[in-house]
Amino acid sequence: MTDPIEKDVANTIEVRGLRTQFDDFVVHDKLDLDVHRGEIIGVVGGSGTGKSVLMRAIIGLKTPSHGTVRVFGEDFYKSNEKTRLSVEQRWGVLFQGGALFSSLTVAQNVMAPIREHLHIEGELAKDIAALKISMSGLPAEAGAKYPSELSGGMRKRAGIARALALDPELIFLDEPTAGLDPIGAAQFDELIVNLKESLGLTVFMVTHDLDTLHAACDRVAVLAEKRVIACGPLDDVRQTDHPWIQEYFAGPRGRAALAAKAV
Amino acid sequence: MTDSVAKFDIDVDGGVLKLIAKGDWRARFLRSIDSKLRDFADDSVGRDLVIDMSAVERLDTTGAMMLQRTFYACDSRTGASKIVGAREVHAALMTQIQNHLAPCHVTPFHPNPFLAVLDRLGGGVANTYRVSIDLLEFIGFTLSTAFRVIIRPKRFRWTSTFHHMEEAGLDAVPIIGLMSFLIGAVVAFMGAKILQLFNADIFTVELVGISVLREFGVLLTAILIAGRSGSAFTAQIGSMKIREEIDALRVLGLEPMEVLVLPRVIALVLMLPVLAFISAMLGMLGGLLVAWGAMDISPALFIARTQETILLNHFWAGLIKAPFFAFVIAVIGCFQGMRVEGSAESLGRRTTLSVVQALFLVIVIDAFFAMFFLEIDF
Repeated sequence: MTDPIEKDVANTIEVRGLRTQFDDFVVHDKLDLDVHRGEIIGVVGGSGTGKSVLMRAIIGLKTPSHGTVRVFGEDFYKSNEKTRLSVEQRWGVLFQGGALFSSLTVAQNVMAPIREHLHIEGELAKDIAALKISMSGLPAEAGAKYPSELSGGMRKRAGIARALALDPELIFLDEPTAGLDPIGAAQFDELIVNLKESLGLTVFMVTHDLDTLHAACDRVAVLAEKRVIACGPLDDVRQTDHPWIQEYFAGPRGRAALAAKAV
Repeated sequence: MTDSVAKFDIDVDGGVLKLIAKGDWRARFLRSIDSKLRDFADDSVGRDLVIDMSAVERLDTTGAMMLQRTFYACDSRTGASKIVGAREVHAALMTQIQNHLAPCHVTPFHPNPFLAVLDRLGGGVANTYRVSIDLLEFIGFTLSTAFRVIIRPKRFRWTSTFHHMEEAGLDAVPIIGLMSFLIGAVVAFMGAKILQLFNADIFTVELVGISVLREFGVLLTAILIAGRSGSAFTAQIGSMKIREEIDALRVLGLEPMEVLVLPRVIALVLMLPVLAFISAMLGMLGGLLVAWGAMDISPALFIARTQETILLNHFWAGLIKAPFFAFVIAVIGCFQGMRVEGSAESLGRRTTLSVVQALFLVIVIDAFFAMFFLEIDF
C-alpha cells in the first residue's frame, strides 16, 4: 500500500469566496475562512447563520454554488474519486446526534471504517475499537450496546470513537456539547483538548457553548451577514465592534463564562 | 527515511529481551505483523522486556496500542522492563494510550440457540396475550369516548372528522374504483372461459354479481384502506407520539382519544361503506364490459339478468360488513400509533404491524360473517 501524496500545507482548511444557497436563499456569500494545522477552531453564530451548512460544505455534503473549499490542500469538489477517498480517510466527522449506524453495536460502528478502509479484521480490529472506545471516555461494556440503548451523551462519545477510528488529522464536530449536562460538557471539552494534544488533531467545531469556546478553542470564527465577520483568538474577537458579537460575549451568559474562566 | 513498512527485531541482551521496533507504525502497515507480535508476547510472558523505539519513524494510536499491549503482556513487574528511545511525540502518545488498553465486548451476549427459540416462542405467546388485552382495553376506551361525545355532542371534532373523511375516503376513490373495475373484469374473464364449456355463458352475470357484491367489493376495499389509511393513522399518531405532541395534548387538558382517535374511527366507519358501494358498482361495470366484449352479452341483458336473478341480499351482505372492517382498521391503526415509543425504528415497526394486524382481523371477521350468513340463510 502506498501513501497518498500528502501536500504539506499550513492551512488544513482553506475556504475562499464560498457561496452556498438553497434555491434562491443564500446562506453564505463571499465567505473566507482558514483553519490552521493543529488548532481547535470554534465556529459560532446565531441560529440560521449557516454554521452547520458551512461544515457540510467543507466535508462535501453541500456543493457550493461559488468559490473553493480546500482541505489538506485539495479542492474536494474538483478532485477525482481517489483523491476524495484519501481526503475522507484523513478526517473524522461527529454529527449532532452521533449518526451511529443503528443496526450495529458501538464496537461494530467503530470497526466499520477500520474494516472498510484499512482492511483490518479480527482481533486487531477489536483491539483498535476497544482503544478508541476507551479514549472517547466510554466504559468497556458500552462496546456491545446498540445506539438505541445509549444516552445522548454516550452516543456522542461513541460518535467520537467512530470519528477517531482511522486516526484522522482533522475532526469536525457539530455542536458536540449540545444536550449534554454541564459536567458531561466539561468532560467533553477536556476530551477534545486531550485528543488534540496527544494526537496532534486539527478540530473544526460548530458550537453554541460559550464555556466550550473558553475551555477548548484556540480561535473563534463568528458567522454573521453570510460571512465570517471576525476570526481570531477569543480575546481579540471579543473586542470586535459588531452588535451581535458584543451582545453574545457581553450578555449575561458570556460574562458568566468569562468569570468561570478567570477562576 | 528508509523503507516505510512496520518491522520489529528481537534481541536477547544479558537475559533481557529486547524488541526493536522500526519503520512506520501506523494502522495500515500493522496488519501483517499483528499476529507475529501476539505470538512473541505469548511466548515471553513474565520476562523482562525492553522496547526500543528509536527507529520508529511514524506512530499512530494503533501502533502505540500494539507496543503497549506487548509491553504489558510480557512485563514481569520487576521494574526491569522499560520503553526506551522514543521521540518526544511518540512518548506522549504512548503515555496517552497506556490507560486505554482494556478490551471491550463487540456483540451482546447470546444465549444458546435452543433456549433462544424457546424464549422467543414463550415471549411471543405472552406478548400476544398482553397485546390482545391492551387492544380490548383500547376498543373499550374508544367506545366509551364515543358514548361521552354522543351525550355531549359539542365536544365532537367536526373539522377533523371531515378532514379524515376526505383523506381516507374521497382521496381513495380513484384507486379503489380502478382496482374494483379490474377485479370485476378479471372475474368475468375467468368465468367466461369455464362457463362457455357448458354453454352457460349467461351465468357469468351471477358469478360477477354475487362475488363482487358479496365479497370482493368490500373485502378488497378494506384491504386497500388498511394499507392506505390504517398505516397512515399509525404513522401520524406515532410521529406525534415521538415528538411528545400526545403528552402536550394531555397536559393541555385535551383527551387524545377524543381529539385524534375518535375522528379517525368515525370518518373511516362512515366512508368505508361508501367506498365499498363505489367498489361494488365499478366491479359490476368491469364484469359488464367484459361480458359485452367477450361474450356478446349486451349491457341491457346483463342489467336485466342482474335484476332478475341476484337478490338484494347479496348487496346488503357485502355492505353490512364495511363498518365493521372500518372500525377494526381505524382502531388498530390508532392503537399501534399510540404504542410507538421513542425512535423512528419503532414507528416503522408499528406501521408494519398495524397493516398486518388489520388485514388479519379483516379476513377473520369476513370469515365469521360468511359462517353467520350461512347459518341464517342470508
